[in-house]
Amino acid sequence: MHKTKFYTALIISLFIITACSGSHGNSSAGMQIKGSDTIVNLVQVWAEKFNNINNTTNIGVTGGGTGTGFAALLNATCDIAMASRQVEEIETNLAKQKGITYKEYIVGLDGLAVLVNKDNPIDKLTIEQLRDIFMAKITNWKELGGEDRKIVILSRESNSGTHMFFKDNVIRLNNPDSKDEFSPKALLMPSSQAIVDEIYQNPNAIGYVGIGFMNEQTKPVAISDIGKEEFFLPTIENVMHGKYPISRPLYLYTNGEPKGVVKEFIDYTLSTEGQKVVAETDFVPRTTVEKLERQLKS
Amino acid sequence: MNNKLIDSIIEKIIFLCGIIAIVFVILIFGFLLKEGFYFFKEYGVFKFIFGKYWYPSSNPAVFGVFSLIIGSLLVTLGAAIIAVPLGIATALFIAELAPKGIRDILKSIVELMAAIPSVVLGFVGMVTLVPLIRTTFDIPTGLTAFSGSIVLAFMAMPTIVSISEDAIRSVPWSYKEGAYALGATRWQTIRRVVLKAAMPGIIAAVMLGIGRVIGETMAVLMVTGNAANIPSSIFDPVRTLTATIAAEMGETVRGGLHYRALFAIGLVLFSITFIINFIADLVSNKNKKR
Repeated sequence: MHKTKFYTALIISLFIITACSGSHGNSSAGMQIKGSDTIVNLVQVWAEKFNNINNTTNIGVTGGGTGTGFAALLNATCDIAMASRQVEEIETNLAKQKGITYKEYIVGLDGLAVLVNKDNPIDKLTIEQLRDIFMAKITNWKELGGEDRKIVILSRESNSGTHMFFKDNVIRLNNPDSKDEFSPKALLMPSSQAIVDEIYQNPNAIGYVGIGFMNEQTKPVAISDIGKEEFFLPTIENVMHGKYPISRPLYLYTNGEPKGVVKEFIDYTLSTEGQKVVAETDFVPRTTVEKLERQLKS
Repeated sequence: MNNKLIDSIIEKIIFLCGIIAIVFVILIFGFLLKEGFYFFKEYGVFKFIFGKYWYPSSNPAVFGVFSLIIGSLLVTLGAAIIAVPLGIATALFIAELAPKGIRDILKSIVELMAAIPSVVLGFVGMVTLVPLIRTTFDIPTGLTAFSGSIVLAFMAMPTIVSISEDAIRSVPWSYKEGAYALGATRWQTIRRVVLKAAMPGIIAAVMLGIGRVIGETMAVLMVTGNAANIPSSIFDPVRTLTATIAAEMGETVRGGLHYRALFAIGLVLFSITFIINFIADLVSNKNKKR
């Protein structure tokens, strides 16, 4: 009786061990993509469609923030890093020490929408006012002509490319010598969706997300560029024509020249087929940007 | 003969398991100490512990954890104030007062509470508790230390209830009989005899509960707002030590200063738990001697 129990336990444990090693073998044959939460949805759609064409690969797509993606590429735990900002000098230097070179691909364009609750009467802000809000120099909506309510600042975690981009472009107004920071009172939310959810239910809140995360339940604010009085809403057209002041390119990074499936995947994202997906997921395709550049040159 | 051989083999296996647990704890502590020490040498202990600002991705980076320590302690204190009286009262009710049918139902509900994953509790807290707290207390945001305390109190309750219930139940009948024989009422018996006799067990239960609270990560990350700012009241957003490690571990490069700063935070957490356990040991020993 006892012996049979012992043997059953032995067989079950052997089974578990083989099952574990089996699944491990499978995942190493696939491709891992990590990084920016902003484009994680876009890359997921790409991965699905790419799988339909070429169904032998197993692609894992995880978010976590641009910094996470760069670190993963450096630690060799992913094949492609998704990024919503360019790689920084410190990061390239670190990579060089580890014998890794980042290769960059621009896959599309994104605008950062500043959202407020639907009940908030504010509908436009200058970029300087926005900066004062996020540095907690303006702490009440009353000072901007709104209701007498305290402002609740929502930001992303510091590992997010969105966080860094907003800091460079709004808090520091593109001045590389500036040492200004987000107010320590800013709430650091774990994801862009968490920011949208909090703004939906809190009339005091203001936050920033990629335009792909905008929805009917919150209200975008029109923004003016530095020292100007013309306000623009974060629409695809305004981003495309360079009118909306807080917009940025989106990147994929690989370690050196990509090979095999990784190269096929990158080629797919840059193809007409792949760029159509960019437009479908509310970003601005790279092709329109190139067209615009050519128009500007001629 | 054969039985003796099996006995000695089993004994050795158990001994090995015990030793492995100790070795792992020592290795973990050594690793924390090593990475933390590098960081302290490079950045400075005083600047780290008493620094007010936490800007890990700026250039140069600023690593001050004072506000994070205050955040962790505030959330834990709040959770303890809610969970300890409630937990001990529930344990007393289950062990001493409840009729048999209700007792069984209550016990299984408490055990079920312990089985809820912390992410689920955090999510439920985020969508139900956070808006409720904002509107009832009329504060700018519901993502506060108070919300974190309530969610964590929920997580500490099952531990506190089930362990203190065991302690209360193991108080010998003869103590209670003695008290009743001297003419004590039920309440006097419970307060003066049962609770006193069960105190070391109850203190152990509370400490285990608090240990769970201070180490909890996911739920607090979701409901406390994560602002690295020294709070002026329990209705302000806070950022805890654990949430900082969880939120930033992914972005760091192995061996970098930020990576080591997170290990230094781990060291701070380890010290806090160690101090709490040490105090608990002192208190329960003192109680035993009486």
